[in-house]
Amino acid sequence: MTLYLLSVMGTAGDPAPSAEETDRMYAAVGTFNKKIQGSGAWVFAGGLHGIESATVVDGTGTETIVTDGPYSEAKEFLGGFWVVRAPDLDAALELAAEGSAACGAKVEVRPFQDDTEA
Amino acid sequence: MAGADVAAGSVEEVFRAEFGRVVAALTRRFGDLDLAEEMAQEAVVEALRRWPRDGVPPNPGGWLTTTARNRAVDRLRRESTREARHLEAHMLAEGTDPMEPVSSVADERLRLLFTCCHPALAQEAQVALTLRLLGGLSVAEVASAFLVPERTMAQRITRAKRKIRVARIPYRVPRDAELPARLRGVLATVFLVFNEGYLASSGETLVRTDLCGEAVRLGRLLRDLMPDEPEVAGLLALMLLVEARSAAREAGGVLVPLGEQDRRLWRRDLLDEGQELVRWCLRRGRPGPYQLMAAVNAVHADARSGSETDWAQVLELYDQLYAVSASPVVALNRAVALAEVEGAAAALAVVDGLGLEGYHPFHATRADLLRRLGRAEDAAGEYRLAIETAGNRAERAFLQGRLDAL
Repeated sequence: MTLYLLSVMGTAGDPAPSAEETDRMYAAVGTFNKKIQGSGAWVFAGGLHGIESATVVDGTGTETIVTDGPYSEAKEFLGGFWVVRAPDLDAALELAAEGSAACGAKVEVRPFQDDTEA
Repeated sequence: MAGADVAAGSVEEVFRAEFGRVVAALTRRFGDLDLAEEMAQEAVVEALRRWPRDGVPPNPGGWLTTTARNRAVDRLRRESTREARHLEAHMLAEGTDPMEPVSSVADERLRLLFTCCHPALAQEAQVALTLRLLGGLSVAEVASAFLVPERTMAQRITRAKRKIRVARIPYRVPRDAELPARLRGVLATVFLVFNEGYLASSGETLVRTDLCGEAVRLGRLLRDLMPDEPEVAGLLALMLLVEARSAAREAGGVLVPLGEQDRRLWRRDLLDEGQELVRWCLRRGRPGPYQLMAAVNAVHADARSGSETDWAQVLELYDQLYAVSASPVVALNRAVALAEVEGAAAALAVVDGLGLEGYHPFHATRADLLRRLGRAEDAAGEYRLAIETAGNRAERAFLQGRLDAL
């Protein structure tokens, strides 16, 4: 089994979804989460607040520097994620496809290092 | 000396035919593409050293596999930590889970092919991996076929193999439910190799026969491995029928269009084989894009001269092709047939609405239609655009000739 990070990708400036759309999305994600909790694929998941809530910390120098805002100037940002356990990439891609449909956003799939779990 | 040459030639033949099988068998056994590739290569080097001296063994493929496997075992014993890691990790997911639905097709090389053509790999990486691991081309050969530096190609292949390993792209034939979509990806990769060989997108020569030959070889392999798939037969037929015309496609460095080709230069054996496959497809009655493109080329193969072409049938086939895979490029090809059936004006009306500016066959087709309508001024401008956008010297020479003759 391998752990995969399924990152939900958002784009800055996308129109905010309506309350109705948001409710539908939460319901769909809730259903998907229950399903993968039941199947054993679930490890962890979470949704994040927007990039305006982000703070960057640089502790690499002698003095820690704290700055307001996201790390990257890129328009794409991480909106939320799942960590799932899957036997291979095909299985992870299948989960990602379901997750993507549920949350209404593209999902990036990446394997964790230390690729095998006991 | 001559004897040694013959032996070296047959070694090369065996090597190319068997390389994929050796890599596939070792990957299955050891779960490691890198190790499989390296050991297959070492077995080939060993064969090149021994066979010219001792003669080719009675079962050369078996000899190569055994030699490669023994070397792999030796290597793993020497590097016992690596062996332990292999046993623990099963570096490639093999799909041996008994709960997993079993695919109706199974051959080691098919696993390898579907892994090389996995949609999680970029198309150029799929092509490179397929040619290297299944086709047995050296990295240098793959690099020169695609006109990129050897280092670039080596990196591309290494990165792709690494992604297969760390992301655990499975080493298996997809389940029947996924098979049609995944097979389309495999066919697209093989056809891309063929097209790049047939109409080199850049460079001096029109046809890079090495790539065409390799694509046909892969097409034959696929046909052997998946004998019931009509689109597999369709792709092979298409490549054979097109490849059959390659000697007639260029004269003195200038492209010769289909209608003006010397049909005595067409290879009858390839045409016959291609047409037989098209007939087989027709009997199956499950048409798809490759089968329809093959059928178009079978119609051309039937005509003794360009003027005897059954254009109505070609147009009908393009209508069907457009119905199953609508695209502006298909519409453009259909328009070429339409010009023959209904005239250049009707075709031009269709072509003008396609929005394919910058795609050189669009400009070349438009130029030809304008020329036939006697609009020399407009045709000249269009030929210039076509020359600008064509990457290939023989094509440019042809277009220049047409422009000069206006």
